[in-house]
Amino acid sequence: MTTSTRAESPVAQAEAIASVLTSSSRPRRPNALQTSTIFGWRALLKIKHVPEQLFDVTVFPVMMTLLFTYLFGGAIAGSVTDYIAYIAPGVLVQSVLFITMYTGSTLRTDIDRGVFDRFRSLPIWRPSPLVGMLLGDAVRFLVASLLTAAVCLAIGWRPEGGVLGVAAGIGLLLIFAFSLGWIWTFLSLILRTPGAIMGVAGFTLMPLLFGSNIFVDPATMPGWLQAWVEVNPVSDLVTAVRAFMNGTEVGVEALASLGWSAALVLVFGSLTMWRYRDPR
Amino acid sequence: MSELAIETTGLTKVYGDTRAVDGIDLRIPRGGVHGFLGPNGAGKTTTMRMLATLTRPDGGWAEVLGYDVLRQSDEVRSRVSLTGQFASVDEDLTGAENLRLLARLYGFDGKGARRRAGELLAAFGLDDAADKQVKKYSGGMRRRIDIAASIVVTPEILFLDEPTTGLDPRSRNEVWDIVRAMVAVGTTVLLTTQYLDEADHLADRISVIDHGKVIAEGTSSELKASVGSGSLHVRVMHRADRERARAVLVHQLGVEVSAAHDPHLLVAALEERGRVTRALTALDEAGIELAQFALGQPTLDEVFLALTGHEAEPDEEEGEAA
Repeated sequence: MTTSTRAESPVAQAEAIASVLTSSSRPRRPNALQTSTIFGWRALLKIKHVPEQLFDVTVFPVMMTLLFTYLFGGAIAGSVTDYIAYIAPGVLVQSVLFITMYTGSTLRTDIDRGVFDRFRSLPIWRPSPLVGMLLGDAVRFLVASLLTAAVCLAIGWRPEGGVLGVAAGIGLLLIFAFSLGWIWTFLSLILRTPGAIMGVAGFTLMPLLFGSNIFVDPATMPGWLQAWVEVNPVSDLVTAVRAFMNGTEVGVEALASLGWSAALVLVFGSLTMWRYRDPR
Repeated sequence: MSELAIETTGLTKVYGDTRAVDGIDLRIPRGGVHGFLGPNGAGKTTTMRMLATLTRPDGGWAEVLGYDVLRQSDEVRSRVSLTGQFASVDEDLTGAENLRLLARLYGFDGKGARRRAGELLAAFGLDDAADKQVKKYSGGMRRRIDIAASIVVTPEILFLDEPTTGLDPRSRNEVWDIVRAMVAVGTTVLLTTQYLDEADHLADRISVIDHGKVIAEGTSSELKASVGSGSLHVRVMHRADRERARAVLVHQLGVEVSAAHDPHLLVAALEERGRVTRALTALDEAGIELAQFALGQPTLDEVFLALTGHEAEPDEEEGEAA
């Protein structure tokens, strides 16, 4: 081993390894919340090392806001300043929900690389790697929300609901985004490539986002489309977020959004964990 | 406490039309190294993944350290550790961060995790690379961090899936040293390999697996003994002598003597070793000059060929991760 760049001889190394093997204590097992938070910490470490991951949460929302406000502003409401009060909460919802679909392709990449095998072989609460990942994503969604809000404020948005109203709106949005994320985790366990996941996710999001009241008042739409917009959970979310931010009375839609969130976690969270036992 | 590290009966996994693992029975005692030897796609990895609770069996049952892999998977997970065929650490994070992450997940507090990560990095000669992202590691370093990640908390059984595939000879020897060091302090190591010399050097016992079935089991010597007492390789100095030498050997040894591709070489599978000396003397008396001769135990390659009827072809391209 004289030519080795490593200082240790095999004998010294064997002793060192024996010593780390015998010196190891087994601490008390952490609970579900602790392990989930630790995986959230992993997500933040990844952002630190691969800051490009923030590209989608920064550039995309800014682009969306500017594009839709100026594209539709004049035509729909007569002027950008009139339209901004209507569109700002909507574009915020749209930006964040659109970004959620990256969760699926990120998870697929992790699974393909083998690191999830390690996590799945640990004696911890099973969903914690996924919960932690979605918690880390919530941080990304928060960045996107704040940035979108900042751009809207810069081009003339003055929300009547004030800081508290905007914060409440963003809070509700993050809860819904976290819940929606479970659809993408499930997709990533049944589809085999990140590309396929993005494809299906995009296909699912289109009718949810565009077949809603984000951009225009549904009153102008044909009956069949109104019927869809009416049952679309994103419409409830947008109405509630709009009410919080514009300082108008918050109706039953806020509760409906929380209900939808719970249902998504219940259904797709369970499906995800069922597939997670034996993913391919 | 169960005497056995691993016990399975009729363990089966089916993927579509393929019976990836087709009724495997194992009784593996504690301690030492047990090798799963077989070509790509034989079912080694799938078997190991079922034992490590990563894949659910479709049939049969398996107990690891006396715990059922399905009903007591949590008990199994807290006692075993796995290093997969591919990097089973997060390539985007640094070596130190990976180990701290795992230490925290095992319940160390922030300070304890940092200390444990430091100890492991030092023991595996990775101090200098502690703050480098794992994706910038060399193949050998990556294997070491993988194995270090598996012993953050000392496991009773360590599963190593093809630990040296794709490594250069020096890194391979390092991994072998690490495995021996772990066995010396009482860890049971279960490893899969498609390299016959790896199983030969490292494993105390070997299960030869082909097409999802165990086709032979035993120590490396037992396996070799089961296919005869070895072979005699003779290289003649002048290739014109080869046919004459062959006739002498057939006469003296009483077995088939095959002419290899090498125009100087003759290979005889022996039934008994006692006649070899006489055969060599006869060659000398016949005035046939020899360049070289060698009497060897059968290699595991020959064992594999004899057991399966086909060679153990290591195919680097095709993964077995299904």
